[in-house]
Amino acid sequence: MALLEVKDLRTSFYTRDGVVRAVDGVSFSLDKGETLGIVGESGSGKSVTCYSLMRLIPEPPGRIDGGTAMFDGRDLLTMSKKELSKIRGNRISMIFQDPMTSLNPFLRISTQLIESLRLHYDVDKKTAINKAIAALEEVGIPEAAKRVHNYPHEFSGGMRQRVMIAMALITEPDLLIADEPTTALDVTVQAQIMDIIKKRQEDLGTAVILITHDLGVVAGTCDKVNVMYGGRMMESGTAEQVFYEAKHPYTRSLQKTIPSLQTKGEELYTIPGLPPDVSKPIHGCAFYPRCPYPKTGKPEGDRPELVEMADGHCYADCGFCDSSAPIETVLAKTDSPDEAIETGAAE
Amino acid sequence: MTDHSETAVLGNEAAPLPKHSASEIADEELVEGSSLWKDAWSRLKKNKLAVASLVIFLVICVFCVVGPFLVPYDSQQQDLFLGATGPSAEHWFGTDTLGRDLLVRTMEGGRISLMVGLVATVVSLLIGVIYGATAGYLGGKVDAAMMRFVDLLYALPFTIFVILLMVAFGRSMWLMFVAIGCVEWLSMARIVRSGVLGLKKQEFVEAAVSLGYSHKRIILRHLIPNVLGPVIVIATLTVPAVMLLEAFLSFLGLGVQPPNASWGVLINEGQQNMEIFPWLLMFPAFLFALTLFCLNFLGDGLRDALDPKSAKD
Amino acid sequence: MAKFITLRFLQGILVLLGIYAVTFFLVAATPGSPFSSERAIQPEILAQIEAFYGYDKPTSERFIASLGNILHGDFGPSAVYANRSVTDIIAESFPVSLKLGSISLAIALLLGIPAGIIAAVKKNTWLDYVPMSTAMAGICLPTFVMGPLLALVFGLIFAVLPVAGWFGPEFVVLPSATLGLYYAAYFARLTRGGMLEMLNQDWVRTARAKGVPERTIVWKHCLKGGLIPAITFLGPALAGIISGSFVVETIFQVPGLGQWFVKGALNRDDFLILGLTVLFASLIVLMNLLVDIAQVALNPRLKYD
Repeated sequence: MALLEVKDLRTSFYTRDGVVRAVDGVSFSLDKGETLGIVGESGSGKSVTCYSLMRLIPEPPGRIDGGTAMFDGRDLLTMSKKELSKIRGNRISMIFQDPMTSLNPFLRISTQLIESLRLHYDVDKKTAINKAIAALEEVGIPEAAKRVHNYPHEFSGGMRQRVMIAMALITEPDLLIADEPTTALDVTVQAQIMDIIKKRQEDLGTAVILITHDLGVVAGTCDKVNVMYGGRMMESGTAEQVFYEAKHPYTRSLQKTIPSLQTKGEELYTIPGLPPDVSKPIHGCAFYPRCPYPKTGKPEGDRPELVEMADGHCYADCGFCDSSAPIETVLAKTDSPDEAIETGAAE
Repeated sequence: MTDHSETAVLGNEAAPLPKHSASEIADEELVEGSSLWKDAWSRLKKNKLAVASLVIFLVICVFCVVGPFLVPYDSQQQDLFLGATGPSAEHWFGTDTLGRDLLVRTMEGGRISLMVGLVATVVSLLIGVIYGATAGYLGGKVDAAMMRFVDLLYALPFTIFVILLMVAFGRSMWLMFVAIGCVEWLSMARIVRSGVLGLKKQEFVEAAVSLGYSHKRIILRHLIPNVLGPVIVIATLTVPAVMLLEAFLSFLGLGVQPPNASWGVLINEGQQNMEIFPWLLMFPAFLFALTLFCLNFLGDGLRDALDPKSAKD
Repeated sequence: MAKFITLRFLQGILVLLGIYAVTFFLVAATPGSPFSSERAIQPEILAQIEAFYGYDKPTSERFIASLGNILHGDFGPSAVYANRSVTDIIAESFPVSLKLGSISLAIALLLGIPAGIIAAVKKNTWLDYVPMSTAMAGICLPTFVMGPLLALVFGLIFAVLPVAGWFGPEFVVLPSATLGLYYAAYFARLTRGGMLEMLNQDWVRTARAKGVPERTIVWKHCLKGGLIPAITFLGPALAGIISGSFVVETIFQVPGLGQWFVKGALNRDDFLILGLTVLFASLIVLMNLLVDIAQVALNPRLKYD
């Protein structure tokens, strides 16, 4: 049995300006110890997906409209608050994007580190502190025994993210959700943080969901990848499948944006246009307005379903464009992306 | 790049992305500069409480300014034989102990109170904006010293000073306007300073500096237009604060002097006779409280509309 | 920490000196003399009286002399109320004002802060709307409107509480409620704002993700930071309660310092004005010092700077 099985998750935000369907039918599963990458631009619904699993969506305006998320045989989305609080921070932990704002500046690191231990396990304060020191050492914080009593503002951004990791893993959870853990950090620190997450994952056998907009990070760390766009999954499969046999025009476009994969001296590629406005109904493929491929029809009807092509490799084929050619050829043909920008903006 | 396009950018940041429909984006491309104000206006219109407050406030203003011309009594005209009478068809708000018509006295009292609110707010606006913009713009040690001074003043018993000023220089109405304005500029200075501090780091100011414009020109032409939103909010909230201070002084007999009357004077007169003639207290107190209510709600509404980032909920 | 407090203390003394100087010269600049009002006095006698109070000397000399006296705790004679020294008046009336002021402040804090916390936690429910609309109404009903209204309702219509004088515990209720409720409204709004700001922080999400119960999030994670705006307002609130006492003591005929200050101001009683201003300013400066210390204690980021 899979550790986590998400089926048809739907989360919307009910704002004054309309219903924003941030997550619109997402399904995936994750086994013990596995790493899943969720990739997409800002606003693609990748973070909302994970916050929904933890039921951390601010309600109102947010609401989980439907779907199930079976974690170890129980549905995270419908269980009582009491049951949920036994799982949060104990069996599922989370690391957030910005370590500068994710730690409470009014409380000592020690207080925050031992909080989940003391909540979920019957340990005395002294044991908990010792465990906290050990956890800090594991993530490479020097003089942990001394620094454990400091306040967050006495740590740098990279160090704080290490503290966050130590805090998330102190209860040895089954699942760690990392929401863009390196985005807010210096480039020099990013690799270190990813290494620490990987190492601790191997030590503890934790499954990881890694949310990121950086395909490069995914390539190095993930077993499976979901590509999200406009609140839906566009393509999913193993890291190899999504990288080497990318089917969806959006995945291919995303790949083109990885700087290290581009020919040196060439202008960096950016996908023209804006992400879709998910507060309006979307017909056909959400990526259609920005798609660089030759169009073969007008998008209509429902959004295309994710269909399994081969061996777990799924992709949502819209059928309104001719995606047979490799993206390089297509991009070479379109001299001016201006047209795409306009259609993108009008979306 | 002019500051107008920057305003548009600020406006864009303010609204969350999904809100931008195609038509909005097109509008912003057409009329770059006005989008902040258009956005703010449409947000304000949605706030029913703020709109209602604005309407009621305007009605009160018209009532006080135009009203005295429509009532067939003079505010000073006494009728000692009549004395204090309750509300009636001839005297809608009744009369006071000297037989003066309370309706016209309330109107004229309101006129004085509103005028104090306006004039003293303008004084506080001038001092606060100049002080705050200078501190924020010069930055560094000068800024730190200037703001520490504001902090110190914040902690001081101002009302006592206003009272002393009134005692020292006589109880003239115009002096009171200035005295109140002189003590109510602190919030204004703070808000302008933080606005300027944030804005001066942006490119268009650097561009102006590199073009060799004078400090004065940069402050007047580039910075002040950009902090106008928060300034309007604070100004709106300063009006009730100022009116409160005026009424307080008048209540103590240190403000507007008889035979002139402001709402504070009327409330004081009403308070002295409230056991027997409660309407003398009720009418001016109600109008005064209603005015403060409207201005405070309007200020809150404007804050939500003009300064969406500071609006918490 | 110790250095910070010493610095702030010295600053407070400087501020007091400044206030004293400004007040002194403001009063000295007032045309006429405190003894010439109303009663027609023969010029020789007036000169004698002025000489007795030191008014024949230059202003600067008088300033230094009076500063020396004040440092010795001698606030001088009351110029209008013959035979009474300002020190006597303070000794007699200060306890009354202190009682009124501290009960008012207690009402303001004990009512305002819990209301603000509840409103923030239960945002957009009736537990938010009702107290917050009441608070808004409270802010728009200044003491000189609220006081007469309370007197009218509880003193005259229901006749359950006395409306004038200061003879027993029941006399404290209306004046202190008038003063306290107004500032309770402020504290409620400030606390709500502060708590909401804390509750919207990213680290609250972190705590929720750790499975921390909402109650603990409010008390352990948010209260410290959420109270900072309210605590910062303590200084201005005290200043406001002092000036509010001018009004409230007049309305309810409470024999406190506020009434004396108003009488002094209306009658140009120089020594009384000066003495009371110094006293009020000292209280406010002291409160601000306490607020500074409390802020450092609450906010770890300030501790090491």
